[in-house]
Amino acid sequence: MAVRTQFENSTDIGVFSKLTNAYCLTALASSTNFYSVFESELSDVIPIVHTTIGGTRIVGRLTAGNRHGLLVPSTTTDQELQHLRNSLPPSVAIQRIEERLSALGNVIACNDYVALVHPDIDRETEEIIADTLKVEVFRQTVASNVLVGSYCALSNQGGLVHPKTSRSELDELSSLLQVPLVAGTVNRGSEVIGAGLVVNDWCAFTGLDTTATEISVIEATFRLQGQTSAAVINEMRDSLIDHYA
Amino acid sequence: MVAMNYEPDAAGQESYILCADCGTVISSANGAGLCVGCLRNTVDITEGIPKEATLNFCRGCERFLSPPQTWVTAQPESRELLAICLKKIARPLMKVRLIDASFIWTEPHSRRIKIKVTIQKEVLANTVLQQTFELLLVVHTGQCPQCTRLAAKNTWKASVQVRQKVTHKRTFLWLEQLILKHNAHKDTININEKRDGLDFFYAERNNAIKMVEFLAGVVPVRSKASEQLISSDTHSNTSNYKFTYSVEIVPVCKDDLVCLPKNQARAWGNISPLTICSRVGNTVHLLDPMTLQQTDVTAPVYWRQPFDSLATVTDLVEFIVLDVEPSGPVRGKYVLADAQVTRSSSSNNNADDDGMGDDGIFHTRTHLGGILQPGDTVLGYHLTNANFNNDAFESFDQDRIPDVILVKKTYPNRRKKSKPRNWKLRSIAKEAEDVTEGSNTLGRGALGRKGGVDQRNVERDYELFLRDLEEDKEMRAAVNLYKANQPQPEDDEDGDVGMDTGESTKKSGSGMKGGKRRTGGAGGSANGGAMQVDEDMGEGTDADDEEEEDFPEIDINELLEHFEEMDMEDAAEEIQ
Repeated sequence: MAVRTQFENSTDIGVFSKLTNAYCLTALASSTNFYSVFESELSDVIPIVHTTIGGTRIVGRLTAGNRHGLLVPSTTTDQELQHLRNSLPPSVAIQRIEERLSALGNVIACNDYVALVHPDIDRETEEIIADTLKVEVFRQTVASNVLVGSYCALSNQGGLVHPKTSRSELDELSSLLQVPLVAGTVNRGSEVIGAGLVVNDWCAFTGLDTTATEISVIEATFRLQGQTSAAVINEMRDSLIDHYA
Repeated sequence: MVAMNYEPDAAGQESYILCADCGTVISSANGAGLCVGCLRNTVDITEGIPKEATLNFCRGCERFLSPPQTWVTAQPESRELLAICLKKIARPLMKVRLIDASFIWTEPHSRRIKIKVTIQKEVLANTVLQQTFELLLVVHTGQCPQCTRLAAKNTWKASVQVRQKVTHKRTFLWLEQLILKHNAHKDTININEKRDGLDFFYAERNNAIKMVEFLAGVVPVRSKASEQLISSDTHSNTSNYKFTYSVEIVPVCKDDLVCLPKNQARAWGNISPLTICSRVGNTVHLLDPMTLQQTDVTAPVYWRQPFDSLATVTDLVEFIVLDVEPSGPVRGKYVLADAQVTRSSSSNNNADDDGMGDDGIFHTRTHLGGILQPGDTVLGYHLTNANFNNDAFESFDQDRIPDVILVKKTYPNRRKKSKPRNWKLRSIAKEAEDVTEGSNTLGRGALGRKGGVDQRNVERDYELFLRDLEEDKEMRAAVNLYKANQPQPEDDEDGDVGMDTGESTKKSGSGMKGGKRRTGGAGGSANGGAMQVDEDMGEGTDADDEEEEDFPEIDINELLEHFEEMDMEDAAEEIQ
């Protein structure tokens, strides 16, 4: 199920939120509209946490995480860290990283098993990522962009990447991730996938500008359709993936 | 089963995405993430460009208004018309790139012009859209200002009345050449001859002002502007005037004798009051031939206290130089000399008639010492038997009045031969007149077209003017002379023309008849200084016909190639 929303008139919701299978972070806004959208979809399943990171609202871009853990940049204050520790389930490990590339959301793209990272990231950071998130780490680019977190969105079911990703690169990435990948756009032609889309294994949130076509691509890619029409959708998805993957 | 190796090739490198709007498969090379159709639907690059405009068309002269205020003749579906049409949307077109524009055929009576315009514009990063749209122009008929004025019989807006109150037309002939040389008549719509002058008519006031300024630059003038109210609109506070500029040229001409009032002469460097006018540029140059003293009189100074000429060129009489003795002072080309002259017997008066007891030999001082030789003919004012009615002259000390004032050298023998000139002048009016009138045009240029006595006077003045040009190099430099295409005479027995072109030296008896050469033998190589009796002159009026060695010939290099329109048309016909 994919839901359109916006954060204070901005459609780049991936900047202001972080969604995983175990928790969801949203930025502090002047109204609770943005939070309410997430709450209506997720409240009875996973915790939704209002937070800031280092005093800023761009939590989605500064953090990286999956069901096993959450990585926060060195700018995160102790209070914020304490708040997160109190709010998140105990199974989720929280780790503050001393990394020069502090926008961790931009430099790390991960699901629960694999992480793609910026090629220039520290070796120590790489190890911390692997330990905390319990993932295999690959230094990669997406469509020759080093900011892998900005240009792709991953879940355990599939992934959406930058529209200009070539087919050979798609093949390479999907063999690393072991999930089907599709090149596409969000927010009516925007290529910054990570900013326009947050996704976990059963739910996705996209910017308000996202068109029906884009929604259908997202739903097919991340297998978000309900079980009732599963057969039809699976068939459609398979043909799509065959065609574009 | 055949195992196939997967090899990514160039085509495989390209990735495909779904168009965000319509879901069709497109190449992701397009940065917008939309297919071309959806992109075109979302972005209209023709936004802000008007699709409809009006064209103004004058029914009278069938011209289109090219903004802001020029009227241009343009054929249907011509480049000019396309330019005018595109000018209508020029400002919005600045923001896009014009790729193509062409006419779509429309019925002419529909008074609609349709243009297909193709434009390009960059809409998103690296995405250039091209779009074609139709521009509909409605032709509004009306009248251009010229046709309006023509319809109201009100063709000119400004006129320049040039006047010079003298009996001859030489100044105007000179002025015509200056106007031609400087192309000052470019905007003139009509030229009328009036008593004592010419009227120039203009469609715009500033053209007339330009003409007045031109005249003030080349001749000493006094000008006065006046205006006549034609109509006025009290609502818009605009009014329509006709402007008239009256330009009066100083009536003193070259070679005129001038007697200045005493106080004026004193004020101008204490020059002797009895002077001759040596040159008229945009000031009047006065020269005292007795002392070579000169003074310039500018137009404002002249008009503050105008003086008239005492005697003019028509009063000049011929003298023969008996003796010349330079007396020392030299100033430019002028050399002061004492001269003995006597009345030329060729003139109608006999020396005895006006001898008044003397022997007919006059002693005088002259500024022409540099060019006079004994035996030369010279023109001068004979003051002893002149009777002037002039206050300044009468108050002048009678003892100081010379008998004779010599003015310029003349070449009477050479003139008699009526040798065709190898140069000619252009004329304003001939250009304007019909070609059919061509050869038998009355008068000269804009002057003397009324015919009759006036025309004869003008012909005489024109000849004098041409002589002036021949004799005065400075004057010649200010105008354009053209090569005359000389008619080759069939009756070449006197060989006059042939010699003229064959022998480039100006001496060696260039005016001499061929017959004389054959009979005289050595006469052909005689130098010009020798006195030769031309036996072939036939009429025999002057037995003492001589060659003037320093007759001013115009160097062929001074002449411009002749390019009258008539000639060009002839050439074109020959080619056809």
